[in-house]
Amino acid sequence: MTSLNEEVFPDQASNVPVRKVTIRINGENRSANVEPRLLLAHLIRQGFNLTGTHTGCDTSNCGACTVLFDGQPIKSCAMLAVQADGHDVMTVEGLATASELHPIQEGFKDEHGLQCGFCTPGMMLTAKALLDENPDPTEDEIRWALSGNLCRCTGYQNIVKSVMWAARKINNQAAN
Amino acid sequence: MSLDEIKIGGMGASRRRVEDNRFIRGKGNYVDDIVLPGMLHMEILRSPLAHARIKSIDTSKAWAIPGVRLVMTGEMMASRNLAWMPTLSYDTQAVLATDKVRFQGQEVACVIADDAYIAKDACEAIVVDYEPLPVVVNPIQAMAPGAPLIRDDKENQHDNVVFDWEVGDKDGTEKAFAQADVVSKLELHYPRSHPSPLETCGSIADFDRATSKLTVYMTTQAPHIIRAAVAMVAELPEHMIRIVSPDLGGGFGNKVPVYPGYVASILASILLERPVKWIEDKTGNLISTGFGRDVYLRGEMALRKDGKILGVRMHTDSDHGAFFSDAQPSKFKIGLMHSAFACYDIPAAHLTARGLYTNKAPGGVAYRCSFRVTEAMFFQERMVQAAADDLGMDQAEFRRLNFVRDEDFPHRTAFGFLTDSGQYAKCLDVGLEAIGYKDFLKQKEEAKKRGRLLGIGISTMTEPLGAGNSREYDILGIKMFDSAELRVHMSGKAILRTGAKSQGQGHETTWAQIVAHELGIPADDITVEEGDTDTAPFGMGTYASRSTPVAGAAVAMVSRKIRAKARKLAAHLLEVSEEDVEWELGRFYVRSSPDRGVTIQDCANAAYSNMPDGLEPGLENTAYYDPPNLTWPFACYIATVEVDPETGVWDVLNVVAVDDCGVRINPMIVEGQIMGGLTEAYAMASMQFITFDAEGNCVGSNYMDYLLPTAWETPGFELHEVVTPCPHHPIGAKGIGECATVGGPAAFVNAVMDALKGTGVRNIDMPLLPDRVYEAFTTRRDISGMPPVKTED
Repeated sequence: MTSLNEEVFPDQASNVPVRKVTIRINGENRSANVEPRLLLAHLIRQGFNLTGTHTGCDTSNCGACTVLFDGQPIKSCAMLAVQADGHDVMTVEGLATASELHPIQEGFKDEHGLQCGFCTPGMMLTAKALLDENPDPTEDEIRWALSGNLCRCTGYQNIVKSVMWAARKINNQAAN
Repeated sequence: MSLDEIKIGGMGASRRRVEDNRFIRGKGNYVDDIVLPGMLHMEILRSPLAHARIKSIDTSKAWAIPGVRLVMTGEMMASRNLAWMPTLSYDTQAVLATDKVRFQGQEVACVIADDAYIAKDACEAIVVDYEPLPVVVNPIQAMAPGAPLIRDDKENQHDNVVFDWEVGDKDGTEKAFAQADVVSKLELHYPRSHPSPLETCGSIADFDRATSKLTVYMTTQAPHIIRAAVAMVAELPEHMIRIVSPDLGGGFGNKVPVYPGYVASILASILLERPVKWIEDKTGNLISTGFGRDVYLRGEMALRKDGKILGVRMHTDSDHGAFFSDAQPSKFKIGLMHSAFACYDIPAAHLTARGLYTNKAPGGVAYRCSFRVTEAMFFQERMVQAAADDLGMDQAEFRRLNFVRDEDFPHRTAFGFLTDSGQYAKCLDVGLEAIGYKDFLKQKEEAKKRGRLLGIGISTMTEPLGAGNSREYDILGIKMFDSAELRVHMSGKAILRTGAKSQGQGHETTWAQIVAHELGIPADDITVEEGDTDTAPFGMGTYASRSTPVAGAAVAMVSRKIRAKARKLAAHLLEVSEEDVEWELGRFYVRSSPDRGVTIQDCANAAYSNMPDGLEPGLENTAYYDPPNLTWPFACYIATVEVDPETGVWDVLNVVAVDDCGVRINPMIVEGQIMGGLTEAYAMASMQFITFDAEGNCVGSNYMDYLLPTAWETPGFELHEVVTPCPHHPIGAKGIGECATVGGPAAFVNAVMDALKGTGVRNIDMPLLPDRVYEAFTTRRDISGMPPVKTED
């Protein structure tokens, strides 16, 4: 386990007080000194260089910045980095193992559940939270669960199929 | 034996996308993901007012904030002759305001600082003293006598008119109306909308003093056009400008224009000699960058009793905002508006169009659209339904009666376009069959008896995709062609580059399929690159569904050039003359002895290691393609809805789409494009619009107010296809990306209007919000989407 100590953002001359936060991110504890106003999304992207988490709207509407926070999907543009101190965060970079994609990732590729790819990390993490709780969701349950994540390219139909694809694969793996 | 084309990922294969491998891992490379050493951050201060004179700007408090490196104002830009820039429509646009602000959200000042938070703080510390001026928020106000003059910066501009333009046969149309048994009329507003890709606009300008080279990473759908524009604006030589468009988080037309933020970041980098990153926030994107639509349309149709259309008259008043920066390459002032009614055989038509300046954001971009065809087709299909209703005819039969027939191609439309192919009636039949038209009509009558309102809406249209040809289409004088460059390596693997730029369309996947189809090189063996002006051949970018019609054609043509050279190599290897060599997918063989053959890979190897005397080594080439005509896909969209008379809420029951986009390169990707387009069509019909209050405040400046459909509201879609190959495209393909966005809205609106048939309501302007539908139903009046007009103070 590595423990990094990163200086994020505060300009040396600005005399803004900083706080040290430690977050368990994708299974690894990482620390940073941050301004209290720094958004979690920005810490993840610029501080920890995990740029798969995108910021789309700044108002918590679009869901591109969705990460799993102690297993629950949250919009990281609407949370301060200091609020995440001591918590567990999973980003898109934590979905796959070194050798294997997560079934949700495979499903999105196989069912053409993405086009420009900008909403995809948030969509996949929301889908993961859904499948963790409800391994065999109906189409309506998937659509409802994903309704906090906007996609401008696909029209959602293939995203729904992607999540169903993943559910089938996960359930088949569990059955075997 | 010939290869199995589907197995090698050729044409017709629903090949899974190559680009997904990085996107599903969170390893995409969008502009905001790029970090350069020593990079600074820029934020823009925008005007809170829609129309005001700038009395003074005090930047002293911003300069005093630690970490601030530069504060730029219009005055400073003016001292470098950069306060104004040319637009793509031969107007000018302010980079940073000098004299006055002309729309809410206009760029007033910029701060460059060590990080974006500091830059934002500093923007808030800038004090601007404004003197408010009267505001013009729609074309009607803009045309009113005594209206405030918005563009007082322009010499010889004494009113708010951008253009007055006409096309068609005025006299012939008058004659047609004189002979009409019935004249049908319709007036409507296509509301302002924003393409709103999830990723906003942004740039990183990196000027290197040592080499004098400027590199700009930016969100652009057309990097080479941007290079030409930057060369013009910044007066830098072309070879010292490199524009890189990395992964784009959607575009939909929003990322075609040149925006002040790009120009400001470039100047800042030149002044500071450090990389400067500008990432727009969502509100900035929604209130200042190119919107779509915002056109008032009215027209009438001359009809014979038996249902034949004799003529059409149209007039448009379009709202262009404060600067005429429509991103459209045609020589026609109102874009391709006059492609309206192209699928119908109409003897005479006439269109007048007036463009107006208002105190709103500039830039009528082609939002998933070929330059006003969306408004054209919407008006067309709403007019067709109104005419069928006025004649008491079935809306499907009325269309069928007036369609251009299969045997009548090529067909010159009343407005002068040349359509070349299609099976319109067949598409309609497939759609009617799929939706169960006759059964639905019965069901509708039954439901009506029980007080339930069901409706069915049809929209059929052909639209011109794939600008240009070079005769009629150019941007800043550069003709609308496109390009592809193919290098086949010694092993037979290859790299392909084009002048297009994917924003989600999947070019890395589909271009390789065209090469596979032409050369038999497996698609997996071909790398596709786009978006870097230092490496890609010159092209005009991706918008208006032009990639496959133009760049896709160039990919086929360059592959054929490669094949022609490979044939010479094959003849050499097979020790026969070139005339004795035959081609099948992936292999040349001796005509008289088919077992004797060499693969394309053998030829590639020979190009580097065993070329015949007199033949230039290597196996690479470039093709520039100037299409002889636009491509004309056809679509039939049908929606069924139920309207709740108690609330005005309408639910979509079924949606059927029949698209004929010619030969499909990758059916999976084509269907993805159609479903995305249908969703935007549903969005515009149901919820998605940007409006303004009487003071010019933008209502719809964030995703709380600007509603985009989620997975929950979006209906499911049933897709069908008809294939009529494009006669002039090398692989028979036509454009598809925008068809459903263009043709779709009328299907939804026609369905709701059909449900209200018999109430006397003729039109409800989009979006069909429940309160509008409820009001129309209860008051039996049309509902106009006209924005509020200030009557008195």
